[in-house]
Amino acid sequence: MSLMSLTAVELGKKIKAKEVSAVEAAQAALDAIEKKEATVNSFVTVDKEKALSRAREVQAGIESGIYTNPLAGVPVAIKDNMCTDGMLTTCSSKILGNFVPNYTSEAVLNLVKAGAVILGKTNMDEFAMGSTTETSAFGATKNPWNPEHVPGGSSGGSCAAVAAEECSYALGSDTGGSIRQPSSFCGVTGIKPTYGSVSRYGLIAYGSSLDQIGPVAKDVTDCATILEVIASYDKKDSTSVERKEYDFTSALQDDVKGLKIGIPKDYFGEGLDTEVKDAVLAAAKELEKKGAVVEEFDLSLVEYAIPAYYVIACAEASSNLARFDGVKYGYRTEDFNGLHNMYKKTRSEGFGTEVKRRIMLGSFVLSSGYYDAYYLKALRTKALIKQAFDKAFEKYDVILGPAAPTTAPRIGESLSDPIKMYLGDIYTISVNLAGLPGISLPCGLDAKGLPIGLQLIGNCFEEKKIIRAAYAFEQTREFVHSPLSE
Amino acid sequence: MKQFETVIGLEVHVELATKTKIFCACSTEFGGEPNSHTCPVCTGMPGSLPVLNKQVVEYAIAVGLATNCKITQNCKFDRKNYFYPDNPQNYQISQLYLPICRDGGIEIETEEGGKKVIGIHEIHMEEDAGKLVHDEWGESSLVDFNRSGVPLIEIVSEPDMRSADEVIAYLEKLRLIIQYLGASDCKLQEGSMRADVNLSIREAGSEEFGTRTEMKNLNSFKAIRRAIEGEKERQIDLIEAGKEVIQETRRWDDAKESSYAMRSKEDAQDYRYFPEPDLVPVIISDEWLEEIRQRQPELRAEKLERYKKEFNIPEYDAGIITSNKKLADIFEETTAICNNPKKVSNWLMVETMRLLKEHDMEPEQITFAPENLAKLIQLTDARAINSTVAKEVFEKVFRDNIDPEKYVEENGLKTVSDDGALRSTIEKIVEENPQSVEDYKNGKKKAIGFLVGQTMKAMQGKADPGMVNQILTELLQ
Repeated sequence: MSLMSLTAVELGKKIKAKEVSAVEAAQAALDAIEKKEATVNSFVTVDKEKALSRAREVQAGIESGIYTNPLAGVPVAIKDNMCTDGMLTTCSSKILGNFVPNYTSEAVLNLVKAGAVILGKTNMDEFAMGSTTETSAFGATKNPWNPEHVPGGSSGGSCAAVAAEECSYALGSDTGGSIRQPSSFCGVTGIKPTYGSVSRYGLIAYGSSLDQIGPVAKDVTDCATILEVIASYDKKDSTSVERKEYDFTSALQDDVKGLKIGIPKDYFGEGLDTEVKDAVLAAAKELEKKGAVVEEFDLSLVEYAIPAYYVIACAEASSNLARFDGVKYGYRTEDFNGLHNMYKKTRSEGFGTEVKRRIMLGSFVLSSGYYDAYYLKALRTKALIKQAFDKAFEKYDVILGPAAPTTAPRIGESLSDPIKMYLGDIYTISVNLAGLPGISLPCGLDAKGLPIGLQLIGNCFEEKKIIRAAYAFEQTREFVHSPLSE
Repeated sequence: MKQFETVIGLEVHVELATKTKIFCACSTEFGGEPNSHTCPVCTGMPGSLPVLNKQVVEYAIAVGLATNCKITQNCKFDRKNYFYPDNPQNYQISQLYLPICRDGGIEIETEEGGKKVIGIHEIHMEEDAGKLVHDEWGESSLVDFNRSGVPLIEIVSEPDMRSADEVIAYLEKLRLIIQYLGASDCKLQEGSMRADVNLSIREAGSEEFGTRTEMKNLNSFKAIRRAIEGEKERQIDLIEAGKEVIQETRRWDDAKESSYAMRSKEDAQDYRYFPEPDLVPVIISDEWLEEIRQRQPELRAEKLERYKKEFNIPEYDAGIITSNKKLADIFEETTAICNNPKKVSNWLMVETMRLLKEHDMEPEQITFAPENLAKLIQLTDARAINSTVAKEVFEKVFRDNIDPEKYVEENGLKTVSDDGALRSTIEKIVEENPQSVEDYKNGKKKAIGFLVGQTMKAMQGKADPGMVNQILTELLQ
């Protein structure tokens, strides 16, 4: 059995028990990457030398007692929108194609302090804009279950790398479903934490008020363990929240007796694939069998989430991405005539189609005369959606539904119809708008052999409830490794 | 001939005197090596995030309270989007929708001696931009981000001013308040206080406003005055020629004493303001507000009253000294050391003022330490030096901040009050001037003046004139 087929926590235990060294673990991951990258293309950057020398350093640190975290020595992949000091950080965009940050993002720093060994940076939709990882300037990532299909996005590289077993776990970021949807498509587990729980310092912003970093791994135990490491109160991030507790692993209990689970009817309407629907409802049944109280309810406002999201996220993105101008770092056009021409050519050449579309959309909704009609209205919608969830959480501990309406589409299918692609985010987006935590975990395969994801949504700061429910459900089925895990 | 009225409103930017920048911990110190006071935040590195400097909020509130504004207890920052290389994020974090202070005003004295309130529309907090340095040899420009993120407040007045005099009075009052609060040094030349003038004209008696222009690049009160006069005439000429004033931003060239259009309203940018998502709202509790209110320092009016009462100095003198924070500070610090407010006030009112005028300096440019003025006063009090020497020494203090004790010692300027040495010099003078002695003895009492002068000359001015007189009278008996 390959070291890479172990969960992160299992591998960490073996390293701690000196059955395996951190160097062997890193080498196993690098070998897997070497073997599978041609098929899956989950990485933008792999730094073998750095990974191995870091593994040696961590191994020494484990032996001398510096590193005691369960994840010490376990190889990890980082989504390429988190700054890593001295390591290329591109956001899968040509405009940052040569950008090497001089500082490390807080979440990654937390991992480093716990003894993580970073393998490299994973592919993503350019600037996290997309749901398929096809908008990357460095080529699409393929779904390890079937390379003809997309891995989802925007954290497609991270989720595919975990599913293909090129790394033990990964970090992703989720602005409208970018961890949960690709986790669902790749048959892995991912958590989008409560907004403010993981520092955004060093995360290259897409939609600042919605972005949140989270773990991607094989199972719930790994995710809870990783979250415990990366979540922290960070004074460098003004939106960071000082939580009462940073313990998540104590919720890993196979016990949902009396847990109240609400199923929003709105999540099971038109557009939902029957196989997905059946698998998700079957999962609800399993939890009910274990003693949870499951009931349907009307969440309402679901149809307004997508327009509100695209207005808010694009507005923020249009401003966040203004700094990529060829002046200070990153790509600069070769020939230009004066400052404005330099700006124009740099940005025209440096950004891809989807990014340009969203910058234009965002600039438009913020323009004078349209601000009230679009941006303000979207903010009001966001507040109403939050209220609808607040109301639901008065009755339920956890909300259960699908992570995405379908399984992974074929490569090329989505980009031709962006509206359809945007609609695919319907079950994940409102969670970001309301700042809530959500988890996606595998709950079956469809007839094509592609994974189906179950989404559990909790109230703010109640990750433990969704972790508990997810863990309990996970005990009812065996983890299925992707065909590419061999 | 139509009569025209000028309508002026000001936008004043003030650099706050915080040690660190508004959204990061970098130093705000002026004049460092280019890009030496920078970090990922103030250079707009991807992934960096702003964290608000609390001191900026406190200064803004202090200025707001001192200018009778309402404080917005739930205020927010917004992003102002525009592309320019000195602006590393290509947006400026500022305040549009909920500025920290609103609806205030300050009272100025008009030329006619009356009083007039100039309304303050709002005060908001924002970050400064970096500086472009144009490469003299190449075709490129370089960016220095040391100033990027230095905290500013922008004080927007109502269009309540009607003349250059009122504008200057308003600016002086504003500057004095801010200096007293310690919120900024407000140096126009160095750019820590910058004023943009919005000006329009209308027929006298009209209620409607004319089309206004905005004038930038005004680096001194003189430039502001000239620019107002120039723009007023330009607009009147246009209207009298049957042309229209175009709403535009103009740049004042003080050397040429004229302005030129930078951009018109048509190409005015759409800044696409929206709430800054990287910062949370600034909640100003009643307690915090009260704390700042309690900490407000003594402002000019209170200080003036106290000087009259506590130090018993004339209203006129107290008025002059308190008209400038630097002078008031020197006065208080010096008095605290030498405990002679009357003399301190005299040195400031007479010699300091004379030297300032002579060197065309502002009181802010004074460099001498209060201790040195105090020492000088103590030397004169002890009759160690006479007033002529003291004036000479003060010039040195003023220019080079020398230690008067040392200087007097080193240059042998101490008054000779040693009776023996003085007596022998006088005896010699008396001997050398028999004619004067005889004149004196013959009743020409004035002749003693000549002898005193001769003695002082021989003593190189270091003699105590009282003692010289006394010894001479004695010898001539």
